[in-house]
Amino acid sequence: MACFLVPTAEAIVTTVAAKVLQKKEAKAELKLTAPTTGAKALETQEKTAFSRKLMWLSYMLWGGAVLLMFEHVWHGEVVAWFPFLAAMADPADTAEMLHEMATAGVLMAVVVTAVWAVMLVVTSAIEKRAAKSQLQNQE
Amino acid sequence: MTLLITVFAAVIATVVWYANKRSSELKVGILCWMFWGASLMWLVDAIFEYAEQKAEYFTPDPLDMLNDAFLGLSVVALALVIWLVILLIKDPSGRIKDALHKKK
Repeated sequence: MACFLVPTAEAIVTTVAAKVLQKKEAKAELKLTAPTTGAKALETQEKTAFSRKLMWLSYMLWGGAVLLMFEHVWHGEVVAWFPFLAAMADPADTAEMLHEMATAGVLMAVVVTAVWAVMLVVTSAIEKRAAKSQLQNQE
Repeated sequence: MTLLITVFAAVIATVVWYANKRSSELKVGILCWMFWGASLMWLVDAIFEYAEQKAEYFTPDPLDMLNDAFLGLSVVALALVIWLVILLIKDPSGRIKDALHKKK
Protein backbone atom coordinates (compact mmCIF):
# COMPACT_ATOMS: atom_id res chain seq x y z
CA MET A 1 0.00 0.00 0.00
CA ALA A 2 2.72 2.46 0.98
CA CYS A 3 5.47 0.31 2.47
CA PHE A 4 8.05 2.00 0.21
CA LEU A 5 7.67 5.23 2.23
CA VAL A 6 9.69 3.82 5.15
CA PRO A 7 12.81 2.99 3.03
CA THR A 8 12.32 6.38 1.28
CA ALA A 9 12.48 8.18 4.63
CA GLU A 10 15.64 6.25 5.53
CA ALA A 11 17.10 7.02 2.10
CA ILE A 12 16.60 10.78 2.69
CA VAL A 13 18.31 10.57 6.10
CA THR A 14 21.26 8.50 4.81
CA THR A 15 21.78 10.74 1.77
CA VAL A 16 21.89 13.89 3.92
CA ALA A 17 24.18 12.17 6.44
CA ALA A 18 26.52 10.97 3.66
CA LYS A 19 26.74 14.46 2.14
CA VAL A 20 27.50 16.06 5.52
CA LEU A 21 30.08 13.37 6.26
CA GLN A 22 31.65 13.83 2.82
CA LYS A 23 32.25 17.53 3.56
CA LYS A 24 33.66 16.75 7.02
CA GLU A 25 36.00 14.09 5.60
CA ALA A 26 37.24 16.49 2.92
CA LYS A 27 37.96 19.12 5.60
CA ALA A 28 39.68 16.57 7.86
CA GLU A 29 41.81 15.36 4.95
CA LEU A 30 43.10 18.88 4.42
CA LYS A 31 43.84 19.44 8.10
CA LEU A 32 45.40 16.09 8.98
CA THR A 33 48.53 14.74 7.42
CA ALA A 34 48.30 10.99 7.16
CA PRO A 35 51.24 8.87 8.34
CA THR A 36 53.56 8.36 5.40
CA THR A 37 55.11 5.03 6.34
CA GLY A 38 54.22 1.71 7.93
CA ALA A 39 51.08 -0.38 8.19
CA LYS A 40 48.93 2.52 9.34
CA ALA A 41 49.74 4.51 6.21
CA LEU A 42 48.83 1.59 3.94
CA GLU A 43 45.60 1.01 5.83
CA THR A 44 44.69 4.70 5.44
CA GLN A 45 45.40 4.54 1.71
CA GLU A 46 43.37 1.35 1.19
CA LYS A 47 40.35 2.33 3.30
CA THR A 48 37.19 3.49 1.57
CA ALA A 49 35.71 6.66 3.09
CA PHE A 50 32.67 5.99 5.30
CA SER A 51 30.64 8.60 3.42
CA ARG A 52 31.12 6.51 0.26
CA LYS A 53 30.01 3.39 2.10
CA LEU A 54 26.97 5.26 3.39
CA MET A 55 26.14 6.22 -0.18
CA TRP A 56 25.96 2.50 -1.05
CA LEU A 57 23.13 2.15 1.47
CA SER A 58 21.55 5.29 0.12
CA TYR A 59 21.65 4.00 -3.49
CA MET A 60 20.12 0.68 -2.45
CA LEU A 61 17.32 2.39 -0.52
CA TRP A 62 16.57 4.95 -3.26
CA GLY A 63 16.69 2.33 -6.03
CA GLY A 64 14.47 -0.11 -4.17
CA ALA A 65 12.03 2.58 -3.07
CA VAL A 66 11.66 4.05 -6.59
CA LEU A 67 11.09 0.64 -8.20
CA LEU A 68 8.67 -0.33 -5.43
CA MET A 69 6.78 2.94 -5.89
CA PHE A 70 6.41 2.03 -9.57
CA GLU A 71 4.85 -1.27 -8.51
CA HIS A 72 2.38 0.64 -6.33
CA VAL A 73 1.51 2.92 -9.25
CA TRP A 74 1.01 -0.22 -11.36
CA HIS A 75 -1.47 -1.60 -8.82
CA GLY A 76 -3.30 1.74 -8.47
CA GLU A 77 -2.19 2.27 -4.86
CA VAL A 78 -0.31 5.47 -5.67
CA VAL A 79 -2.37 7.99 -7.62
CA ALA A 80 -1.61 11.27 -9.41
CA TRP A 81 -3.93 13.40 -7.25
CA PHE A 82 -3.70 14.55 -3.63
CA PRO A 83 -3.08 12.83 -1.16
CA PHE A 84 -1.43 10.53 -3.75
CA LEU A 85 -2.19 7.35 -1.79
CA ALA A 86 -5.45 5.58 -2.70
CA ALA A 87 -5.68 4.12 0.83
CA MET A 88 -6.04 7.63 2.30
CA ALA A 89 -9.59 7.88 0.94
CA ASP A 90 -11.00 5.44 3.49
CA PRO A 91 -10.12 5.37 7.24
CA ALA A 92 -10.14 1.54 7.33
CA ASP A 93 -7.75 1.40 4.37
CA THR A 94 -5.58 4.08 6.00
CA ALA A 95 -5.27 1.98 9.15
CA GLU A 96 -4.33 -1.05 7.06
CA MET A 97 -1.78 1.05 5.16
CA LEU A 98 -0.18 2.28 8.39
CA HIS A 99 -0.03 -1.29 9.68
CA GLU A 100 1.68 -2.40 6.48
CA MET A 101 4.18 0.47 6.77
CA ALA A 102 4.92 -0.49 10.37
CA THR A 103 5.47 -4.16 9.50
CA ALA A 104 6.57 -4.71 5.88
CA GLY A 105 7.98 -1.19 5.42
CA VAL A 106 10.10 -1.26 8.57
CA LEU A 107 11.30 -4.81 7.83
CA MET A 108 12.33 -3.75 4.29
CA ALA A 109 14.44 -0.92 5.71
CA VAL A 110 15.92 -3.21 8.36
CA VAL A 111 16.80 -5.97 5.86
CA VAL A 112 18.49 -3.54 3.43
CA THR A 113 20.43 -1.95 6.32
CA ALA A 114 21.43 -5.37 7.67
CA VAL A 115 22.72 -6.47 4.25
CA TRP A 116 24.67 -3.20 4.03
CA ALA A 117 26.15 -3.85 7.51
CA VAL A 118 27.32 -7.29 6.37
CA MET A 119 28.87 -5.63 3.31
CA LEU A 120 30.75 -3.22 5.61
CA VAL A 121 32.23 -6.13 7.56
CA VAL A 122 33.27 -7.91 4.34
CA THR A 123 34.80 -4.78 2.75
CA SER A 124 36.64 -3.99 5.98
CA ALA A 125 38.18 -7.49 5.94
CA ILE A 126 39.14 -7.10 2.26
CA GLU A 127 40.75 -3.71 2.96
CA LYS A 128 42.74 -5.11 5.87
CA ARG A 129 43.90 -8.09 3.80
CA ALA A 130 44.97 -5.81 0.93
CA ALA A 131 46.93 -3.54 3.28
CA LYS A 132 48.60 -6.53 4.89
CA SER A 133 49.68 -8.09 1.57
CA GLN A 134 50.96 -4.72 0.35
CA LEU A 135 53.04 -4.36 3.51
CA GLN A 136 54.44 -7.88 3.08
CA ASN A 137 55.38 -7.07 -0.53
CA GLN A 138 57.23 -3.93 0.62
CA GLU A 139 59.21 -5.93 3.19
CA MET B 1 7.70 -13.39 -10.68
CA THR B 2 8.61 -9.71 -10.19
CA LEU B 3 11.08 -10.71 -7.47
CA LEU B 4 12.58 -13.40 -9.69
CA ILE B 5 13.03 -11.06 -12.67
CA THR B 6 14.58 -8.37 -10.45
CA VAL B 7 17.00 -10.86 -8.86
CA PHE B 8 18.10 -12.05 -12.33
CA ALA B 9 18.57 -8.41 -13.39
CA ALA B 10 20.62 -7.76 -10.22
CA VAL B 11 22.85 -10.79 -10.85
CA ILE B 12 23.40 -9.86 -14.52
CA ALA B 13 24.16 -6.22 -13.63
CA THR B 14 26.64 -7.35 -10.95
CA VAL B 15 28.42 -9.75 -13.33
CA VAL B 16 28.64 -6.98 -15.97
CA TRP B 17 30.01 -4.59 -13.31
CA TYR B 18 32.62 -7.14 -12.19
CA ALA B 19 33.71 -8.30 -15.64
CA ASN B 20 33.82 -4.98 -17.46
CA LYS B 21 36.77 -2.63 -16.94
CA ARG B 22 34.70 0.38 -18.04
CA SER B 23 31.80 -0.40 -15.66
CA SER B 24 32.90 2.26 -13.20
CA GLU B 25 32.96 4.87 -15.95
CA LEU B 26 29.58 3.67 -17.25
CA LYS B 27 28.06 3.84 -13.74
CA VAL B 28 26.93 0.20 -13.86
CA GLY B 29 27.19 0.19 -10.06
CA ILE B 30 24.05 2.34 -9.87
CA LEU B 31 22.10 -0.39 -11.66
CA CYS B 32 23.45 -3.01 -9.24
CA TRP B 33 22.41 -1.00 -6.18
CA MET B 34 18.94 -0.33 -7.63
CA PHE B 35 18.25 -3.96 -8.51
CA TRP B 36 19.65 -5.38 -5.26
CA GLY B 37 17.73 -2.82 -3.18
CA ALA B 38 14.48 -3.65 -4.99
CA SER B 39 15.18 -7.41 -4.78
CA LEU B 40 15.61 -7.23 -0.99
CA MET B 41 12.43 -5.19 -0.61
CA TRP B 42 10.42 -7.59 -2.78
CA LEU B 43 11.88 -10.49 -0.84
CA VAL B 44 10.37 -9.03 2.34
CA ASP B 45 7.10 -8.53 0.45
CA ALA B 46 7.24 -12.18 -0.66
CA ILE B 47 7.82 -13.35 2.93
CA PHE B 48 4.73 -11.47 4.09
CA GLU B 49 2.69 -12.89 1.19
CA TYR B 50 3.94 -16.40 1.95
CA ALA B 51 2.98 -15.99 5.62
CA GLU B 52 -0.52 -15.04 4.50
CA GLN B 53 -1.09 -17.54 1.67
CA LYS B 54 1.19 -20.43 2.75
CA ALA B 55 1.71 -23.05 -0.03
CA GLU B 56 -0.79 -21.28 -2.28
CA TYR B 57 1.89 -18.62 -2.81
CA PHE B 58 3.80 -21.04 -5.09
CA THR B 59 0.83 -21.84 -7.31
CA PRO B 60 -0.33 -18.49 -8.65
CA ASP B 61 -2.99 -18.04 -11.34
CA PRO B 62 -1.50 -17.94 -14.85
CA LEU B 63 -3.06 -14.51 -15.39
CA ASP B 64 -1.49 -13.15 -12.16
CA MET B 65 1.85 -14.63 -13.19
CA LEU B 66 1.64 -12.97 -16.58
CA ASN B 67 0.79 -9.63 -14.96
CA ASP B 68 3.67 -10.01 -12.50
CA ALA B 69 6.09 -10.91 -15.32
CA PHE B 70 4.94 -7.88 -17.28
CA LEU B 71 5.46 -5.75 -14.15
CA GLY B 72 8.93 -7.25 -13.61
CA LEU B 73 10.01 -6.44 -17.16
CA SER B 74 8.60 -2.92 -16.80
CA VAL B 75 10.58 -2.48 -13.57
CA VAL B 76 13.78 -3.54 -15.38
CA ALA B 77 13.01 -1.12 -18.20
CA LEU B 78 12.40 1.73 -15.72
CA ALA B 79 15.67 1.01 -13.90
CA LEU B 80 17.55 1.01 -17.22
CA VAL B 81 15.99 4.34 -18.17
CA ILE B 82 16.95 5.84 -14.75
CA TRP B 83 20.52 4.54 -15.20
CA LEU B 84 20.70 5.97 -18.72
CA VAL B 85 19.46 9.41 -17.55
CA ILE B 86 22.05 9.44 -14.72
CA LEU B 87 24.77 8.36 -17.18
CA LEU B 88 23.87 11.13 -19.66
CA ILE B 89 23.67 13.77 -16.91
CA LYS B 90 27.00 12.77 -15.34
CA ASP B 91 28.50 12.36 -18.84
CA PRO B 92 31.71 10.60 -17.67
CA SER B 93 33.33 10.37 -21.11
CA GLY B 94 32.30 13.91 -22.04
CA ARG B 95 30.30 12.90 -25.14
CA ILE B 96 27.37 15.20 -24.37
CA LYS B 97 29.74 18.06 -23.57
CA ASP B 98 31.59 17.49 -26.84
CA ALA B 99 28.34 17.33 -28.80
CA LEU B 100 27.08 20.57 -27.22
CA HIS B 101 30.34 22.45 -27.78
CA LYS B 102 30.85 21.13 -31.27
CA LYS B 103 30.79 23.99 -33.72
CA LYS B 104 28.70 23.31 -36.85
